[in-house]
Amino acid sequence: MAGAVTRPNDGPGTTPGRSLAFSASEMSRMVDRMAHQILEKTGGGLGVTLMGIPTRGVPLAQRLAERMMAFETVDIPVGALDTTLYRDDLRRRAVRPLAETVEPAGGIEGRLIVLVDDVLCSGRTVRAALDALRELGRPRAVQLAVLVDRGHRELPIRADYVGKNIPTAPSQKVYVGLMETDNWDGIEIAAPPASAASTGADNPGHPLSAAPEATA
Amino acid sequence: MTRHLLAASDLDLKQAIEVLDTADRLDRAIAGREVKKLPPLRGRTVVNLFYEDSTRTRTSFELAAKRLSADVINFSAKGSSVSKGESLKDTALTLEAMGADAVVIRHSLSGAAVRLTNWVQGSVINAGDGTHEHPTQALLDAFTMRRRLRGGTGDLAGLRVTIVGDVLHSRVARSNVGLLTTLGASVTLVAPPTLLPIGVEAWPAKVHYNLDDVLPDSDVVMMLRVQRERMSGGFFPSAREYSRRYGLDVQRMNAMNSSAIIMHPGPMNRGMEIAADVADDVKRSAIVEQVANGVSVRMAVLYLLLGGGDAE
Repeated sequence: MAGAVTRPNDGPGTTPGRSLAFSASEMSRMVDRMAHQILEKTGGGLGVTLMGIPTRGVPLAQRLAERMMAFETVDIPVGALDTTLYRDDLRRRAVRPLAETVEPAGGIEGRLIVLVDDVLCSGRTVRAALDALRELGRPRAVQLAVLVDRGHRELPIRADYVGKNIPTAPSQKVYVGLMETDNWDGIEIAAPPASAASTGADNPGHPLSAAPEATA
Repeated sequence: MTRHLLAASDLDLKQAIEVLDTADRLDRAIAGREVKKLPPLRGRTVVNLFYEDSTRTRTSFELAAKRLSADVINFSAKGSSVSKGESLKDTALTLEAMGADAVVIRHSLSGAAVRLTNWVQGSVINAGDGTHEHPTQALLDAFTMRRRLRGGTGDLAGLRVTIVGDVLHSRVARSNVGLLTTLGASVTLVAPPTLLPIGVEAWPAKVHYNLDDVLPDSDVVMMLRVQRERMSGGFFPSAREYSRRYGLDVQRMNAMNSSAIIMHPGPMNRGMEIAADVADDVKRSAIVEQVANGVSVRMAVLYLLLGGGDAE
């Protein structure tokens, strides 16, 4: 991606046209809290497997698992689940590239699966993820963890663990930056049209939603 | 990708890598599953239009389309209205009226696939036209090389590929030279002068007449089938002489460098261009893998051509 982008990791300096909603350290506290919540709700994380939804759900799942294993002596396998082939909007857009599905150590059969994604919006990605998951096996139960919940749901889906609820207008954009994929950590919000010009090629993040058939 | 897949040489580097990477993802997505089925082409119709005999290509396309949940209609010239004298155009219009989203065509005349694009709305995939091109074969060959060589890193730059035999009649050779050059490999053709096409010196490939000189410096040795059905005259004195000079036997195989692999697009003439023991060599022969990889590559092509909407 935009590998050349260097920017302050933590502080007011943001991408032009966007405002920093949450800094790197605030985001890291959110991840810590979510890790604690998963441990609490699952009775210590026994039998829990995290499945990240590409792109940003995968490093996010890894961070969550890392924190969970730091807080408790428990082993949390992490996998990746590509939902592209199961989307209901494939034909509304140009063909989408596929991401990698990685089956977690120990598989998913009989496990408590926590799906992990960065932004929850329409809920369509999660619906596709449930279909994709079914092909891999039969988990004992499935839960959902998201860093940002924007609202605007189009399906009866809700998250079990939420980093932050950020009520936004559908026309706004939310950018989650992760070191692993974007070279910066944090959450930014942009409101078009004022920012439309700045979300061009040098954009380090990824426009998550706004358009009805976008991701999340 | 564009709307059709007519020639391997039409693909630029980015598109070729896109197909190969997608094939890899699809292959891994389905490997080890009980139900080998993915949903993205549900409700799409793929027509296999085969004017020439084929086992592996037709079944491979059929399996690929079915694994992506498309509906498949098989149409072969034998036992169809073609034997009553129907032209390619009329057949195409009939298929068009039935609403085919993609037509996979194999024809004995070069250029048949390109012609077909004038008559149908859907995507056209060339599954071999005369002595012209067979792009999915080249893609599956490249896919096989990526998997087998250089620790599966997928980098084919500088790879030395030697293609041996009936280059004149071979659409596989044409497609492979085009695609492998795009991917950065260097191709050497080895054949008797009578089995090289006119103008071969303009191809982006070296030409040699002596197999033994080239073998030790090859990472891949691809043997071509001697296409007797396309031969009307004497291209070589005898099958025995051809086999002695251009056939891959055990002795020649042992002269290859230790990590080199052997490929053949099939169907093989065992004992002619390739010895049975060579074809079945567990360590070097990638021939069975080629067939398996063909399904993944064709799934990728179908997904990339039909998986999206009309965004253009």
